[in-house]
Amino acid sequence: MISLQNISKIFNPGKPTEIVALKEISLQINKGEFVVVVGANGSGKSTLLNIIEGSQVPSTGKVEINGKDVTPLPEYKRSRWVARVFQNPTNGTASDLTILDNFRLAALRAQQKNLSIGINESFRKKVQEKIAVLGMGLENKIGLPMGNLSGGQRQALTLLMSAMDHIDILLLDEPTAALDPRSALVVMNLAQKLHQDLGITTVLITHNLKDSQVYGNRLIQLREGMIAHDLNTENKSALSIQEIYKWFE
Amino acid sequence: MSQFYLTALQLSICLGPMALGIFITMKVFNIPDITTDGSYTLGAVVTAVLLANHWSAAAALPVCMLAGALAGICTGLIHTKLRIDALLAGILVMTGLYSVNLTILGRSNIPLINMRTLFNSISIFKTELYNELFVALVIISLLIFLLRYLLLTDFGIAMRATGNNPIMTKSMGINNDIIKITGLAIANALTALSGFLVAQYQNFTDINMGIGIVITGLGSVLIADALRIWMNITHIGVQLLLVLAGSLLFQLVLAFTLAIGIDPNFLKGVTAVFVLLIVALPRVSQQLKSSLSNNNKR
Repeated sequence: MISLQNISKIFNPGKPTEIVALKEISLQINKGEFVVVVGANGSGKSTLLNIIEGSQVPSTGKVEINGKDVTPLPEYKRSRWVARVFQNPTNGTASDLTILDNFRLAALRAQQKNLSIGINESFRKKVQEKIAVLGMGLENKIGLPMGNLSGGQRQALTLLMSAMDHIDILLLDEPTAALDPRSALVVMNLAQKLHQDLGITTVLITHNLKDSQVYGNRLIQLREGMIAHDLNTENKSALSIQEIYKWFE
Repeated sequence: MSQFYLTALQLSICLGPMALGIFITMKVFNIPDITTDGSYTLGAVVTAVLLANHWSAAAALPVCMLAGALAGICTGLIHTKLRIDALLAGILVMTGLYSVNLTILGRSNIPLINMRTLFNSISIFKTELYNELFVALVIISLLIFLLRYLLLTDFGIAMRATGNNPIMTKSMGINNDIIKITGLAIANALTALSGFLVAQYQNFTDINMGIGIVITGLGSVLIADALRIWMNITHIGVQLLLVLAGSLLFQLVLAFTLAIGIDPNFLKGVTAVFVLLIVALPRVSQQLKSSLSNNNKR
């Protein structure tokens, strides 16, 4: 569960370049919800995600995860609850490390990285089984450096990696923006499957209005740092793409 | 003559830990760290003072490495906590260390002749040089084994990932600052170990012995990198061995330079030109290749 209370974010306060990215947003996202966030460029979508994730500190307000105040916690301390898939496929994985090494780190998301060798035969098997679900044939290439893979493959693996350990929240920041339509479909279906199978609270930012209609059970539009629309499952499913388009006029 | 090259081999092994340290900062962490000049001398200085005070080499070793690690931690703290460029942080610590070293040493040099050092403590072979080589080989083998293990552990994966993609590691629960400071500590402890070995090998410590030593390590790592790309090697243990090979090649070139009678005063100049060649050659050959293929297309 995520709770944002009176969150504001102001960049360069007091200077001529001052930008108000978020204006006193209060938002309650319940456990197991799949929230889709749309909005024009500069409407504050990414800032919202960064504040949940912890890579940006809000200027005012409070962030709670599972009822715990996490406002002062840096990103690396929130990673036990929060996983993120970035817009740029190269951000989510380490290119010079093998697929297996990347998955090992993901499996230790919430734990100490100890001075012991954690990659053994059973771990290798476990990773292969997880990857086989993708049907990309990557399960036999877990020794390859991540950098050898395509953007779509890397994005799909990043998603799988987020489910290597228990997480509560999955943040998807335009995960398909850099992908071809087929890879985009694979990634979105995988995200939906993770949400359904594991009940992970999911927040998706997208510019693809079709996706915003197809996926998720709650739709939020941000405009100039404020929540312009907030639709529950019932109202969302009654909404047509044309109506969403009108929001942007 | 063969003695000449054996000496180069011996020196390359003694400088090996430093080259491995630079491999860790430059290749694993992607941080250009030049604390090296200072922490190398620091290792030699601590060794000289401790041996002169009748410490055994075995007891001096951990103190030396700890001193080097502290220097690395200083650079790491300046770089991560004060957000100062790593290059500048290294220069600052290196400069400060000169005074520290001079204070510890008390004068500009200490000879270690007639002292019990690491290298004259065993006599398995009749030739002194073989005994020295044996000791150095045992130490470097142990070091390679330990480093290889470290880099394969979960912590080692975190180290490698931090240098490769710091955005990703933050989202994997890794405190990038702590891990970078740890890496700089390890690297400079290794550099101090080289100071420890070389001081005992050449039987003296001089306050200026570290000047320009970073370029030797850098050259070794660059040679290793060229070999790695050429042979398409991904295995981390083999990469460590390549760094040693780079160190050896480097010392052989210097030994050869002296052997053909070039004035020793030009040695640093030769070193600089050699490193320049290693860096420039792959780029020049690439440019040649692309211009050739362009011509062919026409």
